[in-house]
Amino acid sequence: MSLGTSATPLGRVRGLGASGEGGEHWLRERVTSVALLLLGSWLLASLLFLPDLTPATLTEWLRMPSGAVPMALFVITAFAHGRDGMKVVVDDYVHDAGNNFALNTLLLFAAVGGASFALFALAKIAFGDQA
Amino acid sequence: MLVSILHRVTGGALTVAGLAVLTWWLMALAEGGDAYASFTKASTHWAGMVVLIGLTWAFFQHLLSGLRHLVMDSGHGFELRTNKLFAVATVVGSLLLTAALWVYVLGRAA
Repeated sequence: MSLGTSATPLGRVRGLGASGEGGEHWLRERVTSVALLLLGSWLLASLLFLPDLTPATLTEWLRMPSGAVPMALFVITAFAHGRDGMKVVVDDYVHDAGNNFALNTLLLFAAVGGASFALFALAKIAFGDQA
Repeated sequence: MLVSILHRVTGGALTVAGLAVLTWWLMALAEGGDAYASFTKASTHWAGMVVLIGLTWAFFQHLLSGLRHLVMDSGHGFELRTNKLFAVATVVGSLLLTAALWVYVLGRAA
């Protein structure tokens, strides 16, 4: 039996596009978008339903697992999705291979760096002394 | 066309300005004291409020046009009338949601 009869239609064309890659990036952008639909709505609803937005209330909220865990997931997912989206814009407008690589590398550094600062701050709030 | 461009612009704004504000807010809260006081000062200044209102609109617009893209990814909603209706709905929806949110927020603060 040849591969042609057993491979799925998707399997036969996978990797054969003009760029030879990108399917995973495309899918991840969509999976993170659904995650952010949930996490973003959670964040907005939480901020609206907290009794007030004083540092004490916010700290108490982010010290609880029900606050800190979704917030950590939101930070990671938002930076990942933001980076994936900006990469599409870079790839659309910057065609020179060297500039494209340089910009995408900068973008990756900025996203990972920013997410790390946000996660460090969140950890400090969650595990630090009570405000 | 307009909604497609809006999706990119709002995505870029949310990534650059939105994530900067999110990180600044968390860092200020972690630091506490003066750091949080300067965040509050900026976020309650009229210019800061314009940024926050703009970001909430960008969030709703990107969320709704993102949902539209997910539907179109599944191969649906390409009929001219449906497509146009859905596109207009994202713009009207994001403006209504932003207005409702800030009427509630400012009403509660007053």
